[in-house]
Amino acid sequence: MTNVIQKNLVAIAASAVLGTTAFAGEITINTDSSDPAPKAAFEAVVAGFEAENPDVTVKWNLFDHEGYKSSIRNFLTADAPDLANWYAGNRMLPFVNAGLFAPVDDVWEENGLNDSLASAAASMTIDGHKWGIPYTYYQWGVYYRKDIFADLGIAVPTNWEEFVAAGATLNANGVTPITIGTKWLWTAGGVFDYLNLRTNGYDFHMALTKGEVAWTDDRVRATMANWLTLIEADFFLENHAAYSWQEALAPMVRGEAAMYIMGNFAVAPLREAGLTDDQLGFFQFPIITEGIPVAEEAPTDSMHLTANAKNPVDAKRFLAYLARADVQTELNAALGQLPINSGSTVADDVFLQAGFEMLSNTDGGIAQFFDRDAPAEMAKAGMEGFQEFMVKPERLDAILDRLEKVRAQAY
Amino acid sequence: MSSFAKYWKANQVRLAPWVFLAPGIFMFLLYVIFPIFQSASLSLYKWDGLGEKEYIGLQNYVELMDDEAFYTSLKNNVIWLVLYMLAIPGGLFVALFLNQTVRGIRLYKSLFFFPFVISQVVVGLVFTWFYDPSFGLLNVIITSFGFDPIAVLADERLVTYGIIAAGLWPQTAYCMILYLTGLNSVDPEQIEAARLDNAKGWKMLWYVILPQLKPATFIAIVVTVIGALRSFDLVSIMTGGGPWGSSRVLAFYMYEKAFSEYGFRMGYGAAIAVVLLGIMLVYIAGVLYKMYRDEKGL
Repeated sequence: MTNVIQKNLVAIAASAVLGTTAFAGEITINTDSSDPAPKAAFEAVVAGFEAENPDVTVKWNLFDHEGYKSSIRNFLTADAPDLANWYAGNRMLPFVNAGLFAPVDDVWEENGLNDSLASAAASMTIDGHKWGIPYTYYQWGVYYRKDIFADLGIAVPTNWEEFVAAGATLNANGVTPITIGTKWLWTAGGVFDYLNLRTNGYDFHMALTKGEVAWTDDRVRATMANWLTLIEADFFLENHAAYSWQEALAPMVRGEAAMYIMGNFAVAPLREAGLTDDQLGFFQFPIITEGIPVAEEAPTDSMHLTANAKNPVDAKRFLAYLARADVQTELNAALGQLPINSGSTVADDVFLQAGFEMLSNTDGGIAQFFDRDAPAEMAKAGMEGFQEFMVKPERLDAILDRLEKVRAQAY
Repeated sequence: MSSFAKYWKANQVRLAPWVFLAPGIFMFLLYVIFPIFQSASLSLYKWDGLGEKEYIGLQNYVELMDDEAFYTSLKNNVIWLVLYMLAIPGGLFVALFLNQTVRGIRLYKSLFFFPFVISQVVVGLVFTWFYDPSFGLLNVIITSFGFDPIAVLADERLVTYGIIAAGLWPQTAYCMILYLTGLNSVDPEQIEAARLDNAKGWKMLWYVILPQLKPATFIAIVVTVIGALRSFDLVSIMTGGGPWGSSRVLAFYMYEKAFSEYGFRMGYGAAIAVVLLGIMLVYIAGVLYKMYRDEKGL
């Protein structure tokens, strides 16, 4: 009994000598990684951090992925954790503007992250400050049925003519060229992003999503005209407005559709549904306008220090840990995504390797995604307009006028 | 005796009801009346729920008047109000049908009441699958007759009707149970007397039964109108307001603008809520007026 008390006294004395870090040994992290794979990945990160920093205990709160989007607003204002995960780009702007995220320039400086995380630095920077640590991203592109392409003698299309021709061959053989489910809208945003990036390039796309260009601009019309080519050639799955993106996987699995413009997260459910790597392939979205630098879409997820954090010192240690090359290697191997740190290695997976190679050679810029680059209201109206356009292309003028009206209001 | 005790003694009968009512009144003021004024004042601001509120006067309402999506929602609300009323004759019909004594009638009654017991979310999911263009029961039937499948929830002309049909399923069950209890209290002597006077069929129903079911009909109308105006869950589950916002109703549009992933325009959402309240007030005033008249025996 006395022994225990003595030990405690010694511990208290020791911590008093060591200063504040030993007292404030707890950090709270909120994440939305509720799906099995991300959950396990984060568990490993937290365990690894605690093993290396025995003086810090991590309190980790797990949120449902969809619910997180509204609960983050509540907990950041009312009962802030030390760290919370969110998305890079315009998506974090409201929190930065409201003073709910804290800048972490010092973490970037002290750990040489300006070099190792350079590829994502721009998407983490607002007003000249860095507002978090990016830890994962994933490529978008065209996932396709290799076996169907081979059967019909279609080569992987690299430009617009080949792409349109491939679709014609597929249609002639009773296969829908592109499966898509636009019920929850965002999938249509991905198609628009790629068509616009390939038609007009990265700079125009960013100017448009930042509200600097009118939606009635001729360059937007050029993008929509390309889209119309695909719609009129029956490229897209019938009744797509009735399906979610998961439901739209089924035609591809059954071999009734051959391509899917999607993010890399579609690979896991496609494999689970029984497609092997001999059947499933990936290619870069074909070139439309020759000569403009090729840009890609690769949304980045990030961890942020909150402005009301109770223990920012230890939270920054966690951020530095999360930014490390070896940590990002393991985290992303478990997530099935790509690490940001240039010193990390990409997991041995054919799709991750393909995506990594594509993104490493991207010189035209990396877009986040329509609903992350454009502010919320514009994103919602835009994606709704794209869905309507895909079903009722004759309403193009009315749709663009409406988007222009929203633009005047949303920025 | 202190003056308070004396006062209490003298006015006990007059004061006691207020004492008993006080907790209820307090809660009502705190959770109903106060928020009404709060959202009315919020509708005059521009606020994203995080930063500073900015006073902008009636600008939210001006924008609302020029908002296509608002008129779509308003139109759909009217369609909901009108078609939802079908639940009342529907419920009456089922109740009359089930109001007989045969073996196992309790089981049948429970089965008919079942849709009202299950959650609206489940009803929404069941009907989403029912309408599914590739494997849904509806389209299996349609295609077996050689017609093309109809994607009800992806068609801007049909979607609202499709959702209302889903909503009518539980609502009819609700009206049915109201009428079943009403039928229990129908006076058998009056029916006997009507029979002696040679009343049957429609005449019996219209002139003898229905007048006695008036209280049940009144309640059925009240709950159905309220059900139609707060038709949020089905829209949210089945379409999310789509395709391209054509199945929105005011309650859903308000949620979308204020709380959804792409929303957080609290002031604008509050302005929609105020308009919705205005519509409800017209109706509530009507109900109150009728109750007042009934109480006076007019």
